[in-house]
Amino acid sequence: MPKKTIEQISKEYNEAYKNVTGRITICGGTGCIAGGSMKVYDAFQKELEARKIGYCLNITKGCHENYISMSGCRGFCAAGPLVSVNDVFYTHVKPEDVAEIVEKTILKGEVVDRLLYTDPNSHQHCKTTAEIPFYSKQERILLHDCGRINPEDINEYIAHGGYAQAKRAYTEMTDAQVCQEIMESGLRGRGGGGFPTGKKWDLTRIEPGPKKYVICNADEGDPGAFMDRSVMEGNPNAVIEGMMIAARAIGADEGYIYVRMEYPLAVQRMRTAIAQAEELGLLGENIFGSGFNFKINVMEGAGAFVCGEETALIASVEGKRGMPNVKPPFPSQKGLFDKPTVINNVETLATVAKIMEMGAKEFKKIGTLTSPGTKTFAVTGHIANTGLVEVPMGTTLRQVIDEVAGGTTNDDGSVNHSAFKAAQIGGPSGGCLTKEHLDLPLDFDSLRSAGAMVGSGGLVVMNDKTCMVNVARFFLEFTQRESCGKCVPCREGTEQMLTMLNDIVEGRATLKTLENLEDLAKAVQKASLCALGKTAPNPVLSTLKHFKEEYLAHVVEKRCPAGVCKALARFEIVADKCKGCGMCKRACPVQAISGAVGKPHVIDAKKCIKCGGCKSTCKFGAVVTGA
Amino acid sequence: MTEKFAPVDKILKEQGNDPAKLIPILQKVQELYRYLPEDVMRHIANKLEISPAKVFGVATFFAHFAITPKGKHIIKVCNGTACHVKGSSYVINTIKEKLNLKEGQDTTEDGLFTLECVSCLGACGLAPVMVVDEVVHGQISPAQACKLIDEIAAAEAKNA
Repeated sequence: MPKKTIEQISKEYNEAYKNVTGRITICGGTGCIAGGSMKVYDAFQKELEARKIGYCLNITKGCHENYISMSGCRGFCAAGPLVSVNDVFYTHVKPEDVAEIVEKTILKGEVVDRLLYTDPNSHQHCKTTAEIPFYSKQERILLHDCGRINPEDINEYIAHGGYAQAKRAYTEMTDAQVCQEIMESGLRGRGGGGFPTGKKWDLTRIEPGPKKYVICNADEGDPGAFMDRSVMEGNPNAVIEGMMIAARAIGADEGYIYVRMEYPLAVQRMRTAIAQAEELGLLGENIFGSGFNFKINVMEGAGAFVCGEETALIASVEGKRGMPNVKPPFPSQKGLFDKPTVINNVETLATVAKIMEMGAKEFKKIGTLTSPGTKTFAVTGHIANTGLVEVPMGTTLRQVIDEVAGGTTNDDGSVNHSAFKAAQIGGPSGGCLTKEHLDLPLDFDSLRSAGAMVGSGGLVVMNDKTCMVNVARFFLEFTQRESCGKCVPCREGTEQMLTMLNDIVEGRATLKTLENLEDLAKAVQKASLCALGKTAPNPVLSTLKHFKEEYLAHVVEKRCPAGVCKALARFEIVADKCKGCGMCKRACPVQAISGAVGKPHVIDAKKCIKCGGCKSTCKFGAVVTGA
Repeated sequence: MTEKFAPVDKILKEQGNDPAKLIPILQKVQELYRYLPEDVMRHIANKLEISPAKVFGVATFFAHFAITPKGKHIIKVCNGTACHVKGSSYVINTIKEKLNLKEGQDTTEDGLFTLECVSCLGACGLAPVMVVDEVVHGQISPAQACKLIDEIAAAEAKNA
């Protein structure tokens, strides 16, 4: 039996929180930590100590004055490290800014103007997140608490209503009712496939027990996707509560969270949250006095993209090579250790408690008819506001790119809406969307009809200086490397496709190559065993469809229109534009550039390793890549 | 012989000598040796009563397991999509050139550096990203990458 009920914990927490006069939250997502947010966290403690201002790092032990905590990823990674003092939201905070923040904001209640976010369109300084378009244009349901609460303190999650839905599921509902609730909500798996979650649970529920498993698939391997990581880092308890509810729904007493090893912080936060939940009796035996047991194990993946496929993931948990199996039997019938198993993605599970809280009917009001709810997207690439966004399903691509994420950028980072060329959605398994798709609603069915997929939610925006052939090659290189080798179409097919793409970018291809490439891509799509192989040709096929002229330029004219493909590119300095400033000369790692100060410089093609350093350094656009 | 593998046996015991825990076992062992030596893998197979082929199979399947020793300094360059479109391949190629790494080779002859191209590190806001011995360097240029390597090499030469 739990020592305290969640109601008691919540009450005590809120009581203690009343004494807090100032809350300083420092973003502790991977992006901000890489930008130095840990140093900012330390600097706040030192500064408050030096000024003898009271602060605490843990509410439950009693807190007066200021409460300093880390939060999970707040999504606005482009402006990190992020710090909020009560409602005031600061961007790009460095340790040396801390003294000023303490002096002005904490002591005097004033705002440090220079650290506020400036809207590039209106040039307004935004004091709170509500004023920043990046946040105000989103609908943050799943991410609502990410960045607000302390992910390493379960009590705060409980004080915000956490675990109340798990308690309801365990003490007031039958397993069938839980499945029914989720089925009615129309929730579809956020991992890529879009299979109805409630149905998946119900199929597992009716299988004979007693041993069943719940697996949380946190093997987010898509390059450029970090939604699941942010949820685990920012609100790990939501994932645990979702797993508990899933376990209740299907009758499982054991669960696994399979996390990528590349996410050490997510692993640590999940482990901390599980330990705290166990201590409170939320996990373990006789949960909420219901007589049901549930425990969660964390397993770190060892670096194989294919393990995102459910049967491969199961093999890996069993200590085998992570290779997929033929379905059926589906995991709902014969999953982990041959027992009925439900596998859901992190985002799906973290949404479950929210659905139960608002009710299936309310949830269905968000998003579209066939894809209810919200979806998080990791928006990266040539975009003003790189980061994590959550929007209702059915939001258009244009809204996400231009309104939320601030618009497409040029290579130098300046916003240029007309520079948009394409967006790759769904990572290496997805397809590319072009200008004509800008008003396409982002939901499972619309994207599928456009030859792309929601996937897990990676959204890479590319500007007009991007070579689409090179992008297709990049994704295929990834899937080829990650092919597990079990089935021939994927193992050999992706290899041959890659060879052909290499021929194209290196100027050896003919029109016949293009024909063969398309034929083979279609064959791999049809004949592969698992989703990895079936979707691997998507980037190639969609770029072939939308950017045929670029392929033709590479093949027929032996020219890379974007000047990206190395073998076809030659770096040159336009003498008229060169001011002879010498920047490129200093940027060159192989001393291939020569010239006197104030005189046009030249690149020695023999020495040049085509690293592109000179081109990105030149402020006058004098370095060009010709064919 | 038994003494030599004592730390490995400790790990095995912690994981209950359970063959289903092979991956966590290998992860812990790799932390110990920085790679998976062949004799250690044979020892694990014996202890778990599974064939050495099964252990090698798992060790070679997953990208994180190394069956050859890694270099003293690990340079990871993110080749996630965001980093790629922002030019990480230029950085990778420059480092390869700089360290004189041939096709398929990732550790330098002197065992000082290992270059790893890793998938998304999640710091997409700082793309392109390079991690040298666990320290993250954001928005790296090919020239900056070379400079960092020079600094480490110089420090090593000084200590040698």
